[in-house]
Amino acid sequence: MIEGILIGLNTALSFQNLMMVMIGCFAGTIIGMLPGLGPMTAIALMIPITYGFDPATGLILMAGVYYGAVFGGSTSSILINAPGVPGTVATSFDGYPMAQQGKAGKALAIAAYSSFAGGTISAIFLLIAAPSLSKVSLSFRSPDYFGLMILGLTAVAAFSSKGNFLKAMMMCVLGLMLASVGQDTLSDIPRFTFNNMNLSDGISFVLVVMATFAMSEALTIIIKGNDPSKAAKQISLTDLGSIKVNKEETKQMAVTIPRSSILGFIVGVLPGAGATIASFLAYGMERNFVKSDEKEKFGKGSVQGLSAPETANNAACSGSFVPLLTLGIPGSGTTAVMLGALLGFGIQPGPRLYETNPEIFWSVIMSMYIGMVVLLILNLPLIPYIARVLAVPRTFLIPMILFFSVTGIYLMSFNNFDIFLMIGIAVVATILRLYDFPMPPLILAFVLGGLMEENLRRSLLISDGSWSFLWDRPLTLCIMIVILVIVSWQIYNSFFKKKL
Amino acid sequence: MKINSVKIISLLFFVISAFYLYTAYQIQVFAFDEGAPFNAKTFPIYLGYAGMFFSGLKIVLPDNKPIKVDPTYLEFKKTILLVFTMIVYGATILKVGFFLSTSLFLVFSYYFLGERRWKYILIFSFPFVAIFMYLLHGILAVYLRDPLLKYIGIMG
Repeated sequence: MIEGILIGLNTALSFQNLMMVMIGCFAGTIIGMLPGLGPMTAIALMIPITYGFDPATGLILMAGVYYGAVFGGSTSSILINAPGVPGTVATSFDGYPMAQQGKAGKALAIAAYSSFAGGTISAIFLLIAAPSLSKVSLSFRSPDYFGLMILGLTAVAAFSSKGNFLKAMMMCVLGLMLASVGQDTLSDIPRFTFNNMNLSDGISFVLVVMATFAMSEALTIIIKGNDPSKAAKQISLTDLGSIKVNKEETKQMAVTIPRSSILGFIVGVLPGAGATIASFLAYGMERNFVKSDEKEKFGKGSVQGLSAPETANNAACSGSFVPLLTLGIPGSGTTAVMLGALLGFGIQPGPRLYETNPEIFWSVIMSMYIGMVVLLILNLPLIPYIARVLAVPRTFLIPMILFFSVTGIYLMSFNNFDIFLMIGIAVVATILRLYDFPMPPLILAFVLGGLMEENLRRSLLISDGSWSFLWDRPLTLCIMIVILVIVSWQIYNSFFKKKL
Repeated sequence: MKINSVKIISLLFFVISAFYLYTAYQIQVFAFDEGAPFNAKTFPIYLGYAGMFFSGLKIVLPDNKPIKVDPTYLEFKKTILLVFTMIVYGATILKVGFFLSTSLFLVFSYYFLGERRWKYILIFSFPFVAIFMYLLHGILAVYLRDPLLKYIGIMG
């Protein structure tokens, strides 16, 4: 492992990669700060740029963007009570009241220190867990992978859809349908191409992710009439107050951070759970752990109430890389986007990545840690200046996002058809967003579509067409039982709790 | 059963899934693959049924948390104008070239979204695109097709 860490450090600390981490963190912070735009959009906008780099550099840039965007989301939660991403909603519970009390600088500092600590602790967990899990996952067979992919989709649909399980499942199916367009990988038979040559290679991953995130988020902001700059004008972005944290506050954070990190990491590893659930769970857990007088402060600017979700959401971000790097199966929408980018580089993440491309495996892990350090050193002193981005009017912001989206596709294909297809998908995605149809399950399904079909093909061929492969192996059986429990729970909710 | 927008979307999804399923059955597979446990149309067929199943459930089951979207608060005009501008941008980018089409797209988008400060509109369109092109084409050596700039001799 030490050798691997050194390989990772060597790659991640090269001048070019160090610059990429910095640029990624900076760009991610700015994009993540804008309400409505989260890490997925930030990463999606970066994908066309990364194709010019080698895989390790591209991934390092994306990892920087990811952490930057999460940090940026916390900033808008604290300053204007408008979380950039769902994972930072819990941050606003105590962060925004603190900002209202004139302690915006302190709230941002607490968020930054907690994020750093949470990220660091979970990066250590990742260092330990990922190689061990890689070895274990070498024993996985096609039926297990197929089961795991179904589990990932079901879990994302169940946990990320705010009670809209059926809508999320419809989005999963839609993602798989889009992935099935183009030539069949084994027989080269065209499917759903309608004799259009432009569809014979299938729909590009970048196109779908740009359309469903960057472009449709921009259109949603326009159609809903949200203007982030209006909210930003309500508080002073020039005078955020001191960023110093006193001894008492440090003591409080020192208690909160370890337990929230552990919780965040474990939740992050689980497919579908991710930063949002981790932050809410950590907030709830912290509230139960603190003394009754501190409990009273929750929701009114509590240090622990702010520190817990911030620690947990960053820890969950690192945790979500575990299934991606060890199994090749993303557990969240953001890691699904990263998987798509990896496949674009011709790299198949999974247990073999650890052996075949150790420099990528380790440099991504190490760059996460470097990203945290960069975020702390670079962003914290610069935050009063970066915060002014919130005041950029949407009249300039939205056209820029649309421009980067269209340019990204144009540079990849030099094809009008792809641009029109992207606009079409973006319009449909915008309508679906208006009615709360979640997009992360669609992206996850789109990325997993090819792999799922491949594993189902192998499983059915081995079992001679029998579906008994779903319960023949104990591991597959366990996965199927978990899927059944999740689906049953959702059905129970629909009939007895009336949440569907 | 109350009809609402989500039910209508679900119904549309049901119809699309049915069409997808029909198309999946029409996929021509090789003769030796016809009776195989898995061929090119197996997975799409399952998907078609899954789409019909989930959308069918959504249509049939009561919607206890209906989404209320008040159309009076939605900015349709701006959105449609912006989408139309993007379509024109997409149609012209290859023929007119990257520089002019992108600059004009930005100018019109800023204007349609309500921006009237022409100084900023002009700064964040033509010069901005020129710098962007220089970064991509000049420094990163990313090919950018621009017949117009090529014709007037600015691009090689």
